This record gives sequence, structure tokens and C-alpha cells, in this order.
Amino acid sequence: MGYSSYYFYGLGISWISIFIIVGLYLLFTGQGETFNIGRYLEETSPYFWALLGIALCVGFSVMGAGLGIYLTGSSLLGAGVRAPRIRTKNLISIIFCEVVAIYGIIIAIVYSSKIQGASLETLHNTANTYTAAALFFGGLTVGLCNLMCGIAVGTTGATCAVSDAQNPELFVKVLIVEIFGSVLGLFGLIGTSRLWSDVSAKVADGDTLIERGSFQSDCWW
Amino acid sequence: MEALFFNASNGFLEGVVRGYRNSLLTQNVYNNLTQCENLEDFRLQLSATDYGNFLANEPLPLSTAVIAEKATQKLVAEFNYIRTNAVAPLSTFMDYITYSYMIDNVILLTLGTLHERDTHELLERCHPLGVFDTMPALCVATNVEELYNSVLVDTPLAPYFRDCLSAQDLDDLNIEIIRNTLYKSYLEDFYQFVQTLGEPTRESMSKVLAFEADRRTINITLNSFGTELSKEQRAKLFPTIGRLYPEGNNALARAEDVDTVKACVEYIPEYKAFFDNASKSTGSGGGGGMNGGAGGDDSDGASLEDEFFKREVSINRDTFLQQFGLAVFYSFVKLKEQEVRNLTWIAECIMQDAKDRINDYIPLF
Repeated sequence: MGYSSYYFYGLGISWISIFIIVGLYLLFTGQGETFNIGRYLEETSPYFWALLGIALCVGFSVMGAGLGIYLTGSSLLGAGVRAPRIRTKNLISIIFCEVVAIYGIIIAIVYSSKIQGASLETLHNTANTYTAAALFFGGLTVGLCNLMCGIAVGTTGATCAVSDAQNPELFVKVLIVEIFGSVLGLFGLIGTSRLWSDVSAKVADGDTLIERGSFQSDCWW
Repeated sequence: MEALFFNASNGFLEGVVRGYRNSLLTQNVYNNLTQCENLEDFRLQLSATDYGNFLANEPLPLSTAVIAEKATQKLVAEFNYIRTNAVAPLSTFMDYITYSYMIDNVILLTLGTLHERDTHELLERCHPLGVFDTMPALCVATNVEELYNSVLVDTPLAPYFRDCLSAQDLDDLNIEIIRNTLYKSYLEDFYQFVQTLGEPTRESMSKVLAFEADRRTINITLNSFGTELSKEQRAKLFPTIGRLYPEGNNALARAEDVDTVKACVEYIPEYKAFFDNASKSTGSGGGGGMNGGAGGDDSDGASLEDEFFKREVSINRDTFLQQFGLAVFYSFVKLKEQEVRNLTWIAECIMQDAKDRINDYIPLF
């Protein structure tokens, strides 16, 4: 316990000092204006935001599923030592956690189909910026929803395993709680589906904003 | 949040210990056991439970001592399985559980040496959970300083022992003082340790330890009546934790007889109920006494002891309602220990043909 707190303390100190040193360097060499958040946001490629959204979506979803499976799995193993009858029934909790990762993958696939090539001139127009922002925040929402859903399902799954081992009647009752938990992940899915249908509408408007199939690999970076 | 990371190191063991807890004997089995005519019958009934054929290799005229020993061995085997698989906070926690048995063993050995009992016989009677390497050397100690310097300085009990070095020589009263001082330091230390653990553990364990401390405080007060223990000395033996601390402890330190004690604890409804129930059962002539070893000689103290045990069992049973905490490991050991005491009591009653008192065991569920 003690050592990890020293570690994080040291890490924080070093980051803060790096910030101060770089900031002072920029300030005293007359380059203070290069630290400009607005310009950074403006100039960053829409591809970056779109792909970051997809990455966060898959990453957080898998994290949620992983956390859920280890929470459930370790309790299930332990409870199964003295009550082997629970092992097959409780695999359903593992499947519920697994589904969370699948939600993330599905959304990532849908989102990646929204990314198409754009030429350097049209890269920063309204529709492209909207698409990028929609994919970034949509991905983030789905990812966080799935992370929390995975934790919720995993914790109730662990409870389900130990309560089933003690009293078989409790299995169905705790399972209902677990099912409601797993619906949380669907909320993220449904909520953001509105966002990506908007993206399709924008693309279908077709006011020359996204040129399909004209991906020019050397044009925008 | 504690639910998130608890399972990474302790999830498996928590599942296992809950499995052990589920295989504790049910009320049904107890009903069957109390119907037994002899110990062979008793063994047959137990073979259908989790105990299996733990008595199978014993020569036939079974004795209660053998039953108690074998049942304790089962508890120790389960404890050791968990202890060897445990990692950081849990392993320390389980070590803390063994310290109370170590204290009992130390006191048993010094008391036995004082009364010049046979060393081997004493070592056999020690609780296996509290065994440590230098234990046989305890039998040669003649005063407290020697006891500390030669034996205990290497054991985990050393920091607790520092408080009672002032006691000069080993006689019955001093050993009793040493036992209670050790327990006081142990409970306070355990309580401090529990406060550093995460939330569900802290909550459940604080409740358990607070009750344990209050029980000791009340017992010390009751047992000190009519002895040469002064009131200042008595006050020093009270653990500084629990629901009675501080004002209840102060009042108990000045108590003169059982009625004052009753008045002192009156503001905690549970404890008031103990005294009421205890006096009721003495009135009707029943009253247990199976666990009365630590209690006083009078029947009042004995059945009060039973009330305490009942309360302890119910507190320990309740800790299993919380998941993702370490308290279940402590509670399991205490429940199992109570079960062994119950089995011994029932076996003893069957042996001595005392059917009217056979139902005085403490029901676990």
C-alpha cells in the first residue's frame, strides 16, 4: 500500500514539473502563443477524433467485460469448490459480461463504416467535423456505459454464484437483478444510435461534404 | 469500489469459506444427534454430514475427547488451506485470528507449569491453531521476565506482553491478570488493524470486536467480585474499544455487585436482555453451563455466558450477509469452533446419559 502511494505521488510531481518547465521555456523564448487549445482543437484531424472514439469504445467495453468476468469468475470458482452443481448454471453470468464486450465491438464496426476518405480541401468542413465529434462522443458514451455495465453485472454475478451455492432458490432472483444490470449497456447502445443515424443523414444530404471512395492516403497529414 | 478489486486476491477464498460455512451442521442434524442412544449412533449420524467418516479409524469405545480432537482437526485443516492460499491483507488478518488461541495456549502452559502438571499432557491440550515453535519452552519459565525474555520475545505476542512485565511472579491471580492484559492489547491491536481495511470489513469486524470487548469487560467485572483484585487494577484490564467504552467501562470499574453491573449496562438494550434472560433461566432451574469454563462458579454467571455465546453466534452469522469483506473468515472460524463445542457437549451428554440437558447446546441457525 505504502509504496504505490509514493509511486503516484512521484508521478504527479514529475508531470507537474515537466509542465512548468515546458511552460516557462515557451514563455521566456517568446513562443507563448503556441500553447493554444482552440487552435489545437481546430487543426486536429477529424480522423483522429473519429478513430479515438472507436478506440475508446472498444477499449472501455473490453475493460468492463474483463472486470466483470474476473469478478464473477473468481467467486464462481470458490463457491463451486463445495457446491459443484452451480458451475454450469452460473456460466450465464459470464456470458452476460461477455455480451458487454460484444456491444462495444458492434458499435465499433458500425462507426468504422462511417469513416470514409476525404480530400485535403473538404477535410475541415462542417459535416466532417460533426461526424468526427459524433463518433468521438458516441464511442466514449458507449465505452463508459459498457464499463459500468460490466462492473454491475460482474458484481451481481459474483453475488449470484455465492447465493446460489448457499440456497438454489436464490439463483433466479439474483439473476433478475443481473439482467437489469446488463440492460444498462444497451442504454448506451440505443442512446448513441441516434447520433450515428444523424451522421448517415448528413452524409445522405450529400452537399458535397464527404466524397465517398476518394480516400487519398497522402493528402491530409 | 471495494467490490471491484476485492475479488482479484480474495474472491476465490471467499467462495471457499462460504462453501465451508454452508456445510455447517443444520438444525435437522442436531435434532437427529440429540436422539442418539450411544456414541456409535452419534458417529453414524455424523457420517451423513460434511464430517464424513472422520471417526472411521478410531478404536471402538469412542470418547468425547477423541470426537472433539478430530472435529478440531477438521477446522484446523480448513483454516490452514485458506491461510496457505491467502495474500497480503487476508494473510495478516488470519494471523490475527490465531493470536487469540496463542494467548490461550501461553496461559494454559504457564498455569499448568505452576500446578506442576505433565508437560506433554499440557501440550496435547493446546489449541492447534495457536501453536508456535518455542511453545514447549514455556514450561520452564518461573517468572514473568523469564517468560518474556526466553520465549515470547520472538512470537507475535511480544508487543502485547510488554504491558504486563510489571507483574512480578507467577501465581494464579497474576496469570489471570496477564491473560486479560494480553487480550486487551490483542483486541485493541486487532481493532486498529481492522480500521485500516476497506469498508465492509471494517463495519462487520468492528461490530464483532466491539462485542468481544464488551463481553470481556463484563466478565472481568463479574469474576473480580470477591477476589483481591483492586478496582484500579480491574479498570486497567478493560479493553478501550466496544460499545461500553468509555462511560460503561467507567461505571463497571466502580461496580460492587451483580445488580450494579446490570444497571451499568442497562443503556444497551441487548446487554440488558442478557441479564434479564439469564436471571429468568436460573429462576426456572434450567440454564446451560456447557460453555461455563470461563464463567464464574455461580449458575448466574454460567447462563449469562450462554447468552453471550448466543449473541456471538448471531453476530457472526450476520457477517455472512455482506459480500466482498474479510469478516467472513473470522466468523467462519468462530462458528465452526462453536459447532465443535456443541458436538462435544452433545457427545458428553450421551456418554453420561444426561438427556435432560442435551438440548442446552447453542443453535447455529
